Amino acid sequence: MRRLLKDWIHLVRPALVLLAGLGIFLIVRSMVIPKAFGQYGHYRPGALDLIRQRPISYAGQDACIMCHEDQAKVRAEGRHAHVSCEACHGPLASHAEDPGANSPKLPEVADLCRRCHEKDAAKPKTFPQVVTVEHSQGVACDACHKPHNPHL
Amino acid sequence: MDITRRDLFTVGGKLLVLASVGATLEQITGAAPPSEAYRMADHWWGMIIDIDACIGCGNCVRACSKENGVPKGYFRTWVERYQVAEGEQPHVESPDGAMEGFPPSARADLKSFFVPKLCNHCADSPCVQVCPVGATFVSPDGIVLVDETYCLGCRYCVQACPYGCRYLHPEKDTVDKCTLCYHRITQGLTTACCENCPTGARKLVDFKDPKDPVHDFLRNNKVEVLKPYMATRAKVYYKDLDGSVR
Repeated sequence: MRRLLKDWIHLVRPALVLLAGLGIFLIVRSMVIPKAFGQYGHYRPGALDLIRQRPISYAGQDACIMCHEDQAKVRAEGRHAHVSCEACHGPLASHAEDPGANSPKLPEVADLCRRCHEKDAAKPKTFPQVVTVEHSQGVACDACHKPHNPHL
Repeated sequence: MDITRRDLFTVGGKLLVLASVGATLEQITGAAPPSEAYRMADHWWGMIIDIDACIGCGNCVRACSKENGVPKGYFRTWVERYQVAEGEQPHVESPDGAMEGFPPSARADLKSFFVPKLCNHCADSPCVQVCPVGATFVSPDGIVLVDETYCLGCRYCVQACPYGCRYLHPEKDTVDKCTLCYHRITQGLTTACCENCPTGARKLVDFKDPKDPVHDFLRNNKVEVLKPYMATRAKVYYKDLDGSVR
């Protein structure tokens, strides 16, 4: 016991090394962790801004109607009143930004109509559906139906 | 000085007139316009899905993919078609996530319906609990997000999600998932999937907005979340969800 006490000096050096290591760890840690980390929870709040910066592809209904009020009016009278413009015409935020430079293409009618209106047992019974082959025998849908107001 | 009843009425009346003039002036001149800046504390986002309105067109899947640059073969949202024969395990399919809709069902005599799926933005999310580096989290407005710069790509969260809503981005090697179009909804737009749903089967909702239709929806309908027994406090509510849906 006495000898152990006498040899305590041997513990000082490893203790110093340990303390130095701890100090370095704390310094590096404070440098590496962003200042705001933990403001809302165990994460970096800057990530929220990063995710918000993503560009928009779909301009949204209101942007379309600002210019294309006439089409919106025709659509509002028909069964497609609640289908948004970009649901068929595709993402057009770039067109809304600069109408001249990005002119949208008309959608491919065959695929477009089929996706929603081809008959399927899983679709709600009240939803208008046809077996395309029997219904039109290969005639394009828009030969009879106007897409904005499809009722004949 | 004694205050008589007459004094009280005269002074009170004058003050009332002054106050109303002030209030009208403020309204006319717009002296104190409501702040348009997005405040996270004012929102708690979720989604409501009406199974009986979904037609399986895949518009949501395509829209999500284009809006968020989702790599081919991966999905942040997808649509499943259930075909349930009595007393049997349900047959579930989702060809290419329903990117191009569905081929017609082989059998018309089964109970069948579509189930759109996406991240449930759980309030008690298992994916957040397992992340070792704080790269995934629930934001103050209730959205489960991934910090790309912190994610190590260890995939603990991919395994922890009971709904299969996460994947490892093949190019970034970090985990990717639905952000509920955080870049859109913070600007006052709806999500890409809701914007493009032709039947209104899915709707973005804000539980903290007292005028949001979600409150009527929850009161007037029989609703359920997916896998309620996981106790994740999911915030995507399904109307008329069949018991066979997993």
